[in-house]
Amino acid sequence: MKNKILPFSVIIIFGIIFFIFYKGLEDSKIYTPDVNTKKEIPVFNTKEFFSGENVKSSSIFELDKVYLLNIWSSWCVPCRQEHPLLMNLNLENKLNIIGMNYKDNLKNAENFLKELGNPYKEIFIDLDGTIAIEWGAYGVPESFLIYNNEIIKKYIGPLNQELVDEINLLIK
Amino acid sequence: MKILKFFLIIIILFPLSSVNAEENDKRNKITKNLRCLICQGQSVYDSDSEFANSLKIVVDKKLQEGLSEDQVYEYFKTKYGEWILYDPGLNKNTYILWLLPILIFLIGGAIIYKSFIVKK
Repeated sequence: MKNKILPFSVIIIFGIIFFIFYKGLEDSKIYTPDVNTKKEIPVFNTKEFFSGENVKSSSIFELDKVYLLNIWSSWCVPCRQEHPLLMNLNLENKLNIIGMNYKDNLKNAENFLKELGNPYKEIFIDLDGTIAIEWGAYGVPESFLIYNNEIIKKYIGPLNQELVDEINLLIK
Repeated sequence: MKILKFFLIIIILFPLSSVNAEENDKRNKITKNLRCLICQGQSVYDSDSEFANSLKIVVDKKLQEGLSEDQVYEYFKTKYGEWILYDPGLNKNTYILWLLPILIFLIGGAIIYKSFIVKK
């Protein structure tokens, strides 16, 4: 009887390990930060896109208003895809869309807006990518839905019609 | 006179360079323990992605502001979550990771003890 316990338990342990590893194969190995956390928006100083004047984050985001912060860049191809959706969102809603121009050449960025339109109420620049890190973003495009200086939801990657519908539902 | 000038320059430069070296070491140590989220599997130190380069600037800024190594980790943890650290702390999500080796060691030890030493 004693002799049987050892091989039996070894088989069971291997079975459990196999099961855990097998399950692990199905999980996505690409980590994405939590998108539903309610966090205060960061405080930062930056420059306005068109005038180049210094602006404080507190003067951009007011309490009691809904904002969509969109991180974009002229060199980012998915930004081009989502741009028409932002244009529509701007026309349809009371939503204030704020742009963060990420690591961009300003001339290229201006041409991008001339070509595709400007859905942003205000744009500020993030030349070295450090403000994006303050926001907990890690690439372009990324969008943050903000109310009362709190991040309600974070959208990693380009927006699509489904997500735009979700935003419309959330801000109602 | 020339020799005096030479020594003066060395005296002025030497402490500065050693301070810089210390700061660089600290920065390298921190960036080696931060995971690049764009090229996952690489550390921020090894990576040359846009994200990693910006992160290096932020680490420099935070060190200049006088934050300690742990405070810098804490800062990134609040921004991106525990996953950004290569060396996670002990909490409810990681306790298995920390306790499993000890458990395996104890169980293995018990089996060896029972089957080899007690038998003798």
